[in-house]
Amino acid sequence: MQYKSQAVAKPYFIAAIALFAGQILFGLIMGLQYVVGDFLFPAIPFNVARMVHTNLLIVWLLFGFMGGAYYLIPEETETELYSPKLALALFWIFLVAGALTIVGYLAVPYATLAQITGNDILETMGREFLEQPLITKIGIVVVALAFLFNISMTVLKGRKTAISLVLLMGLWGLAVMFLFSFYNPDNLVLDKFYWWWVVHLWVEGVWELILGALLAFVLIKVTGVDREVIEKWLYVIITLTLVTGIIGTGHHYFWIGTPGYWQWWGSIFSALEPIPFFAMTVFAFNMVNRRRREHPNKAATLWALGTGVMAFLGAGVWGFLHTLAPVNYYTHGTQITAAHGHMAFYGAYAMVVLCIISYAMPVLRGRAANPNKSQVLEMWSFWLMTVSMVFITLFLTAAGILQVWLQRFSDAPQAFMQVQDQVSLFYWMREWAGVVFLIGLIAYIASFFVKGEQETVAA
Amino acid sequence: MSGTFTKSMARNVFYGGTVFFILLFLALTFDSMQTLPKRDNRQALTEQVAHGKKLWETNNCIGCHTLLGEGAYFAPELGNVYVRRGPDFIKAWIKSQPTGTPGRRQMPQFNFSDEELDALVAFLKYSSEIDTNNWPPNVEG
Repeated sequence: MQYKSQAVAKPYFIAAIALFAGQILFGLIMGLQYVVGDFLFPAIPFNVARMVHTNLLIVWLLFGFMGGAYYLIPEETETELYSPKLALALFWIFLVAGALTIVGYLAVPYATLAQITGNDILETMGREFLEQPLITKIGIVVVALAFLFNISMTVLKGRKTAISLVLLMGLWGLAVMFLFSFYNPDNLVLDKFYWWWVVHLWVEGVWELILGALLAFVLIKVTGVDREVIEKWLYVIITLTLVTGIIGTGHHYFWIGTPGYWQWWGSIFSALEPIPFFAMTVFAFNMVNRRRREHPNKAATLWALGTGVMAFLGAGVWGFLHTLAPVNYYTHGTQITAAHGHMAFYGAYAMVVLCIISYAMPVLRGRAANPNKSQVLEMWSFWLMTVSMVFITLFLTAAGILQVWLQRFSDAPQAFMQVQDQVSLFYWMREWAGVVFLIGLIAYIASFFVKGEQETVAA
Repeated sequence: MSGTFTKSMARNVFYGGTVFFILLFLALTFDSMQTLPKRDNRQALTEQVAHGKKLWETNNCIGCHTLLGEGAYFAPELGNVYVRRGPDFIKAWIKSQPTGTPGRRQMPQFNFSDEELDALVAFLKYSSEIDTNNWPPNVEG
């Protein structure tokens, strides 16, 4: 570890992995509820499980981003963090607030939670992914601002690299766009229009800047390729991201009451959104091929390559599949969307966080790389999780195509639940693929505890 | 990318491109805001509809259902449920949950008053009258 204050990243990474495990458990519960409808009802109704599943995802990724930033920024700026104490305090605040929110979801009916947390003061709850109580939302803003203050002050006093600036822009963008979660007008169309300013402009906008910066950082470290080259690529990738992704928001404005011209803007620009992901894949492979050193951390390199490929497949290819308006007319809000969502989130964001953890965690534990045995297990977990996610996506896609055919496209469209019954085979297969994912996750966690012949080399 | 295309050129393209497309997006947003009154059924936005929307939100209906295609995919689309089922069926359905049929997906009992049920129906009626460019393709949603 080059800078002492990088150590604050460690609890963030540990929390991220723990919450990730929680997310997967609730995913398995939901997957089972798809086929055994009354499983755990009424203790954990589907909507509660889903809220926990998606909110844990968001929170663990945020922990990963913040941990990644705390690790990366001192090294990039060549200076200690502005305030490591603030970073640790924020960690506990965020963890406790997050845990209390999840407990709230599980312990009381959602309407009660809304009432006791002041939703009547400002109604922001009950919208997909933004289900958090008002106090949690305010907490997120406070934590985000204090975090950004800490990071920005560090960058201001240190070296300003392209990687740290891009990361900073992504993080600031994340915080600023989140403010739209406080705007919830009675007008459903307006509500949905600006809801996407949080959701889309996060995952298909500013988060990709964070993704690009984290990936570029790891690639510099593991390949030893010249910074000039890597940072040039980074700028090209994020240019492509924002040029396609901002107007690409229009692919959510096809059927929610917004003007018809969005079908053109949205289709054309979002059809180009795979390009930055493709560039990212080419970038990762290119840099690894041109490597000037053999970094002992093979697992981190694998995660870096995997992120490029899976982000391209999940966000790029599976996004393109249903993004053109004439196609989306039939697929909107079906299992096709779910299929895309799963592989995109895993491939782009889960994997990049696992990538930075894979690179940084050994260093935080006082070695350049984990012992070989541990890396082998980590690579097994990579393949188990990644391949099972591919199958989850394929099964959901199959279910989605059948759903579209039976419920939307047919001359004699059938009712929703009638169709769900007919595609249950695919839900069962998705659930089994999910079990394999869990096994992969267990192997991943176990890899941290594998001991072996150690080289305690300072990074 | 050869030596002629430098990092600072890439950076300038990034800033220029981003600013241009943000401005274009804001212009399209501005135009949408001008057009929405003709499409978003705002004349039907009564206090009862607003109350219905609040009930929709505070009971996390979106956690299972979709509304205009957005939400969870566990239970039927409700943006057009008013057209598909009509007000009386909707109210009777909500009141009779959960069905308790073994192995079937279950909807919780929310213990709504009659006035709350009317508000929810009003919200679903308002939603069904938004101009969605003819989505969904058929009444099954």
